[in-house]
Amino acid sequence: MNETNDNILNEVTQGDYKYGFVTDIDTETIPKGLNEDVVRLISAKKNEPEFMLEWRLKAFRHWQTLTMPTWAHLTIPEISYQDIIYYAAPKQQAKYASLDEVDPELLETFDKLGIPLNERNHLAGVAVDAVMDSISVKTTFRETLAEKGIIFCSMSEAIREHPDLVKKYLGSVVPSTDNFFAALNSAVFSDGSFCYVPKGIRCPMELSTYFRINAANTGQFERTLLIADEGAYVSYLEGCTAPQRDENQLHAAVVELVAMENAEIKYSTVQNWYPGNKEGKGGIYNFVTKRGICKGANSKISWTQVETGSAITWKYPSCILRGDNSSAEFYSVAVTNNHQQADTGTKMIHIGKNTRSRIVSKGISAGLSNNSYRGLVKVTRGAENARNFSQCDSLLLGSKCGSHTFPYLEVDNKTAKVEHEATTSKIGEDQIFYCNQRGISTEDAVGLIVNGYAREVLNQLPMEFAVEAQKLLAISLEGSVG
Amino acid sequence: MDNTNIYTALYQENKELLQSLSPDFLVKLREDAMQHFIQKGFPGKKDESYKYTYLEPYFNNGYNKYLSPKNIQFDVNEIFHCDVPKLDTHVILLVNGFYFDAANPLKTLPGDVIVGSFAQAVKEYPELVAKYLGKYTSGDSFVALNTAFSRDGIFLYVPKGKVVEKPIQVINVLISDEELMVQHRNLVILEPNSQARVVVCDHTLSPNKFLTNAVTEVYLGENATFDHFKVQNEHNDSVQVSHTYFYQDKASSLRTSTITLHGGLVRNNLNIKLDGEGAECHAFGLFVTDQAQHVDNSVFVDHAKPNCTSNQLFKGILDDQSNGAFAGRILVDRDSQKTAAYQRNSNILLSDEAKMDSKPQLEIYADDVKCSHGATVGQLDEDALFYLRARGISEREAKLMLMYAFAYEIIDEIKIEPLHVRMADLIERRLRGDLTRCNNCAVNCG
Repeated sequence: MNETNDNILNEVTQGDYKYGFVTDIDTETIPKGLNEDVVRLISAKKNEPEFMLEWRLKAFRHWQTLTMPTWAHLTIPEISYQDIIYYAAPKQQAKYASLDEVDPELLETFDKLGIPLNERNHLAGVAVDAVMDSISVKTTFRETLAEKGIIFCSMSEAIREHPDLVKKYLGSVVPSTDNFFAALNSAVFSDGSFCYVPKGIRCPMELSTYFRINAANTGQFERTLLIADEGAYVSYLEGCTAPQRDENQLHAAVVELVAMENAEIKYSTVQNWYPGNKEGKGGIYNFVTKRGICKGANSKISWTQVETGSAITWKYPSCILRGDNSSAEFYSVAVTNNHQQADTGTKMIHIGKNTRSRIVSKGISAGLSNNSYRGLVKVTRGAENARNFSQCDSLLLGSKCGSHTFPYLEVDNKTAKVEHEATTSKIGEDQIFYCNQRGISTEDAVGLIVNGYAREVLNQLPMEFAVEAQKLLAISLEGSVG
Repeated sequence: MDNTNIYTALYQENKELLQSLSPDFLVKLREDAMQHFIQKGFPGKKDESYKYTYLEPYFNNGYNKYLSPKNIQFDVNEIFHCDVPKLDTHVILLVNGFYFDAANPLKTLPGDVIVGSFAQAVKEYPELVAKYLGKYTSGDSFVALNTAFSRDGIFLYVPKGKVVEKPIQVINVLISDEELMVQHRNLVILEPNSQARVVVCDHTLSPNKFLTNAVTEVYLGENATFDHFKVQNEHNDSVQVSHTYFYQDKASSLRTSTITLHGGLVRNNLNIKLDGEGAECHAFGLFVTDQAQHVDNSVFVDHAKPNCTSNQLFKGILDDQSNGAFAGRILVDRDSQKTAAYQRNSNILLSDEAKMDSKPQLEIYADDVKCSHGATVGQLDEDALFYLRARGISEREAKLMLMYAFAYEIIDEIKIEPLHVRMADLIERRLRGDLTRCNNCAVNCG
């Protein structure tokens, strides 16, 4: 690639992070460090019933026996778990009954992020649960949803008000002993979103959680639980941002999805945590466990993710296809630039008969970043007629980045059809030439090609967010045309 | 489980013997390898590179281990009674890992090509061997074990610009009246602009349990061409761990095929390092398994320099309770621009209990590259089967035809004509179940 192109490349990939501001607001924090007392304190602060405290302590004790796994293709500086503040909440506690009571500073913050909490100015038909640091600030449209019998609230509320549902499903997909970060999350999670869609109900609007880290030195540990009962449908979106800081902050979330018979869950993520600066200083460590189970027959779970932020991303939204005829999809665009690292992918576990899964993963790496796809497709002995198709493409922009593919295929049934294909290449000079020839500048051409490349995934996002994601893609790659 | 001790003890017992037979450089290599092995031990159940094949239990006390050749009585003519028709080769025989023709350990072929016993080459050409031996092998525990103990094997040296016209055929015979462990070491050196073809076949002549841990190193100089073909045809009580390292200099060209017809447990590690611009390699593999067999092919291709091409095609047909595994890793180093790397792994499962694990991997650090991989696990195409049935072909025949067509893609890559014909025939008989055990050298069966 010649020098001019390199320059354009640099321009395109060096966009600034728009959400790096800090909200000046009184924050209540607890002292740094992690021990049983901290777990008890968090539980007490949330007025949790006894069973939750027991559950947390069990997870904490198990976590103490674990060491951080090292198998990912990531270089992670040592994390001192005693140097993190495990609970931080904007003061003025309590759930706001009406919007007037919400700190105007907070409202402004979410306005700035494009997430109006005022229902009149709502994002076309989207109910939002806004989470700042450790607590949920406001959940919009609760009443409208409640009319249909849909429960959409913060996790802490759900624990207090719907303990039976929580008891039944919390940890049923990602057990507290699942892995290092899931155990940590189970012990100290502070809030998150809870949603239950009853039998036969089609959720009338998009549900959404917006996560914002604000306080310094804190970790964010939220927990999301979504249950779609028989025949229900829900589409859910999560977004996230954080201020620009020099130190790294840890985000270890757990998301559990449960789809009963004939239910469908669509879960979309636009992840835009602060990725660190151009020298790789600062940024969020995004270590997330996401898993869904197609419990009933004919159920469907679809994961869509656009990953542009975080210094280090380590997550594998997975599906357990337990019900017969159930299906699962995973669509992902992961963009890494500068010093970012990502090791992401999915697991599809086929257990039921006639189960189908589809994986489409598009990696784009630029700058000095490393981007890996890691996935497992497992067909167990009883999974008759299982079908999987995986496609993992990688696009390299610049000669100093890395792109890797680590798929695992484990097939234990002769009726299964499992296919995987992957390609790695850079943007073809002939493609650029074709555009140039038609009067399209190299910069625009790269934007065009990258967007076309990611289209298959972006198309899966709810409309309002597809536009945002497309812009985000352009910003993340600003300065990296090649 | 810890079987490391068995080998540390064996090493201590035989240290003097090994040292008395080895020049200084080899003594040091053995010592270092043993230290490395003690430190690392056998790969555990969770070791990523041996994820699907746990080997430590096989490296137990149940096998006799000899560091000097044992006198074995058998009829040599029995082995050579028929050749591959029209295949004219230089034949070399290894019996239980030791060079057989003791009276004539190193032969000189036309063009000053040296071929013969590795042990003898260590004695006669220590400098040449020292220059290459173990230079590019990896830190694998089994390789270290082999370096520490292996005494003999095949040595081949092709001088600059020389072409070995006839293929060299290496026959590995395992024959014993007791359970036996065999570790042999082969070294092939091709100087710049030289060419050679080697056909290797492994087979067992007695029903005893065998454990083989073999290492082959091949060095291709600038512009050298090497054609390597290996047939594995051992009985179902045998365990074979085989490591092959190819080091390729500028513009060298390699073709290597491994065909596994029979074997109890087979693990093949194939390592190719493309360390010169314009080098290219083609690696092929095919296995047919039934009963409780287990075949694991692990391939690592390192594109260390720009402008290299690699191509891999590995296939498997699995029946009964057999297990198959494939791991293929392509690494493209930071400055290896203009790399083209392809890899494909396709497998057919014929029975409910058969299991296949596939792990194709790409690790790429350069941007101007074209790399792709694909993996499939499936069954015979219903439509194709129906097409054949509709034309009056019995189900059994139709299935055989489809399996044969699936396997033929690999056989088609065999460029030595008589061998091609022979393998096509052998594969067909293997698929029909007629080839139950090899009676003789794999390429002579029948």
